Amino acid sequence: MRIGAPRERAQGEARVALTPESAQHIQKLGHECVVESGAGRSAGFDDDAYRDAGVEVVDGGTALWSTADVVIKVREPEEEEVGYLREGQTLIAFFWPAQNEDLLERCKATGATVLAMDMVPRISRAQKMDALSSTANIAGYRAVIEAGNQFGRFFAGQVTAAGKVPPAKVLVVGAGVAGLSAIGTATSLGAVVRAFDVRPEVAEQIESMGAEFLFLDFEDSQDGSGSGGYAAPSSPEFREKQLALFREQAPEVDIVITTALIPGKPAPKLWLEDMVQAMKPGSVIVDLAAEKGGNCDLTVPDERTVTDNGVVVVGYTDFPSRMATQASLLYATNIRHMLTDLTPEKDGVIVHDMEDDVIRGVTVAHHGEITFPPPPPKVNAIGQSAPKEKPKEPTAEEKKAAEHANFLSQTKRQVGMLVAGGVVMGLLGLVAPTSFMQHFIVFVLACFVGFQVIWNVSHSLHTPLMAVTNAISGIIILGAVLQIGSGSWLVGVLAGISVLIATINIVGGFLVTRRMLAMFQKS
Amino acid sequence: MLSQGLVSAAAVAASVLFILSLGGLSNQEKAKRAVWYGIVGMALAVVFTMFGPNVGGYWWMIPMMVIGAGIGGYLAKKVDMTEMPQLVAALHSFVGLAAVFIGFNADLERRRVMAAQLAGDASERFSAFAALVAEKTPAELTFLQVEVVLGVFIGAVTFTGSVIAFGKLAGKVDGKPRQLPGGHLLNAGAAIASLLLAIAYLNGAGFWTLLLLALLAFFIGYHLIMGIGGADMPVVVSMLNSYSGWAAAAIGFTLSNDLLIVTGALVGSSGAILSYIMCKAMNRNFVNVILGGFGGSKGPAAEIEGEQVAIDTGGVASTLNEADSVIIVPGYGMAVAQAQNAVSELTRKLRAAGKTVRFGIHPVAGRLPGHMNVLLAEAKVPYDIVMEMDEINDDFAETDAVIVIGSNDIVNPAAEEDPNSPIAGMPVLKVWEAKNVFVCKRGQGTGYSGIENPLFVKENTRMLYGDAKSSIDALLPMID
Repeated sequence: MRIGAPRERAQGEARVALTPESAQHIQKLGHECVVESGAGRSAGFDDDAYRDAGVEVVDGGTALWSTADVVIKVREPEEEEVGYLREGQTLIAFFWPAQNEDLLERCKATGATVLAMDMVPRISRAQKMDALSSTANIAGYRAVIEAGNQFGRFFAGQVTAAGKVPPAKVLVVGAGVAGLSAIGTATSLGAVVRAFDVRPEVAEQIESMGAEFLFLDFEDSQDGSGSGGYAAPSSPEFREKQLALFREQAPEVDIVITTALIPGKPAPKLWLEDMVQAMKPGSVIVDLAAEKGGNCDLTVPDERTVTDNGVVVVGYTDFPSRMATQASLLYATNIRHMLTDLTPEKDGVIVHDMEDDVIRGVTVAHHGEITFPPPPPKVNAIGQSAPKEKPKEPTAEEKKAAEHANFLSQTKRQVGMLVAGGVVMGLLGLVAPTSFMQHFIVFVLACFVGFQVIWNVSHSLHTPLMAVTNAISGIIILGAVLQIGSGSWLVGVLAGISVLIATINIVGGFLVTRRMLAMFQKS
Repeated sequence: MLSQGLVSAAAVAASVLFILSLGGLSNQEKAKRAVWYGIVGMALAVVFTMFGPNVGGYWWMIPMMVIGAGIGGYLAKKVDMTEMPQLVAALHSFVGLAAVFIGFNADLERRRVMAAQLAGDASERFSAFAALVAEKTPAELTFLQVEVVLGVFIGAVTFTGSVIAFGKLAGKVDGKPRQLPGGHLLNAGAAIASLLLAIAYLNGAGFWTLLLLALLAFFIGYHLIMGIGGADMPVVVSMLNSYSGWAAAAIGFTLSNDLLIVTGALVGSSGAILSYIMCKAMNRNFVNVILGGFGGSKGPAAEIEGEQVAIDTGGVASTLNEADSVIIVPGYGMAVAQAQNAVSELTRKLRAAGKTVRFGIHPVAGRLPGHMNVLLAEAKVPYDIVMEMDEINDDFAETDAVIVIGSNDIVNPAAEEDPNSPIAGMPVLKVWEAKNVFVCKRGQGTGYSGIENPLFVKENTRMLYGDAKSSIDALLPMID
């Protein structure tokens, strides 16, 4: 199959769906790759880099669209590009089918198959294709960088000869992929980071990234896992509590990064005008939800504005394009994984398996039919959503009682064993001759000594222990030595063989132990 | 000719030296000295007994010792460290066989002495042992017979059991559990028949009862170990180690020789403790291991969702180059692939780059207790970075990368997470807590127990498929 990546026509879009690196992997699947001249220029990949990777470079969109069997893109197709689509062709792009119903209708009419990268279900098998996550990751990182650009102070606290610098306080609202990425970036720059999310189960993830989770004590807190790993709208009471929490934080924090989005809905307003008023001059708000209307009242999409009290509000919507090289590399890898799943035999033949959860999920138009929305995936996003009952901490008395019971049962067992052993000894003493009992004492004592000594043997020396016990169990040779002088030839022969094999045991065992022990060296 | 008193004094010295020799194994440095205690103890015991009262047949005994020493020395020098389990099993079989022969001899001598006493013939030549028998009372002679039965029975089970264990470990016998139709009923039947024979023997039946008893015990040893799978061999070998000790102790009773009794008891308890440790490390009880097969699970095991994500050596190398701390978890697969030298070289390179490299050893890794330690020591990995499971298990969470080489069940998180898993409750190395886990494995199959391993589909796990040695060799040039 011919896989083609056209130049992105959308204003301000610098990314590209095919990189020289991903092209090499795609070629290994048995496909041919073709790219429109100049497609990777803004992302830092020139035509020659593609040619070096064995990619054919063609001039103009028409040439590309007419020959490619599969077209991979970043953005949804423009008017002009829909015209190029033909029956049997496959288009892979961020399509946003819910928002672009008309466009989907028209694409469907062409008979082409459309795969929407934004529809990858959130199951662990599909993570490698989850382009939304990789894009969000970049956005989160870039948000912190943009904030740092606007912010007039260091992130990390420092004590210098010129005076003490306090660390910047960063609040991240929404701990999805973008939020966590922002938390990670901000903490590694040295800022003090707090984070909030409506899903209490992400607290652990937030804390693992080094931020403090702002806990909201609310009974009705929601379980985000039911909706495929995304947050759902919250009740008015919850919202009030949440806003009160933010109002409390507003005068303290220097940088606010909001990432709260609800799938298919406008972004919730979480950072209200009065909170912006309460912030210190010079503070920065980066609103990653700007494209969906913004989490902050004062956000102007695609613009950087400064409020009357000197707070900078950044409403850029093109964070991934601002890091086009990285974004293209990740997106191209996501696409490559998608193609790997579509080419199960690695023979360059695309198999569109509608039974596969992932492929079914991303397919929005197939064979002239709209296949959106897909049925819910069979697998839950977050496995451990069921709240775990914490084991009750035993009180001091309970502990004591348990210890006492334990002690009693141990005593019982030991006494029982001693009594049983004593009875056996007694019975034995009744029938056994004195000479036997004398040897028996030696035997029992030797067993005890053995147990005491062997417990102290280091685990790492268990093999030498076996070899050395092997060698000393060759002591059985003594029996043969005592018998070998017998007048009976049969006894002599058997004893002779015993001497032979016991000697092998003794010499072999000791020498191999020595050899092994000599190998153990300290660094 | 040395007096009996001197021989006994040597026996006391030898017992003390043997105890010191085992006690010295508590630490690698002391152990090097301790093994000499054992050697000196053995030399004392053998030489003093040889030249003790009433011992003869030197013309026949000494050549046998020289040949035996030659063979033993050759074996010890030649054996590969990966073949240690086989060697240990083979040596156990020798002790077992010697115990059987000496038991037979004891009975033959007893009969000869009794016959001579009946005939009133004093001219018959007796061995040192026969002279001892001649002084015994009838009650003591009955006990002697009991001891002979025990010595022969345990010795015989040890012999065939060890031969089969040797075959399985050396790959000469199929490692899968296999049993004749009838299974453990056959073993039980043979044991009951042995008991009946023993009773007949004690009541004066002929030498044939003892011979038949030995044959039945040979069968039990063979059949019991045939029914046990290859990966349970650590327990089997420790158990046979223990049996070889008990056999020696039983023979010691027969011969009224305290040194044999003491040594046998030491070896027997050592083997018993090793078996206990191994069983505990698998969270199974001893009977369960010996009778074979895993216990029934309490319900369906949790389904495993996800996909094994493969990685190439380049990916592993770049992570290792960035990591500060690395833990390597070797298993039997490393021994099979003979990858220990490559692993050692990898360790050396990583350590030279200033990274903390340690090894996590599960008690049942490999086919012999402590097998991995010996292999790593042979490959010149310093023993102070080779850790036991309990020492290292809490450190995985702070580790950047874990390399699992040829182990499977001992790193299976199902043991902790899934109460229905057949290995639920078995202590395992918590490798999945590390930031990155690389699993070096031949293919996608399950471990010997046939249990799916959810580790392989964890998000932080990457699979490096291929032969362990060639994978690590390919990795080496990429580490800087």
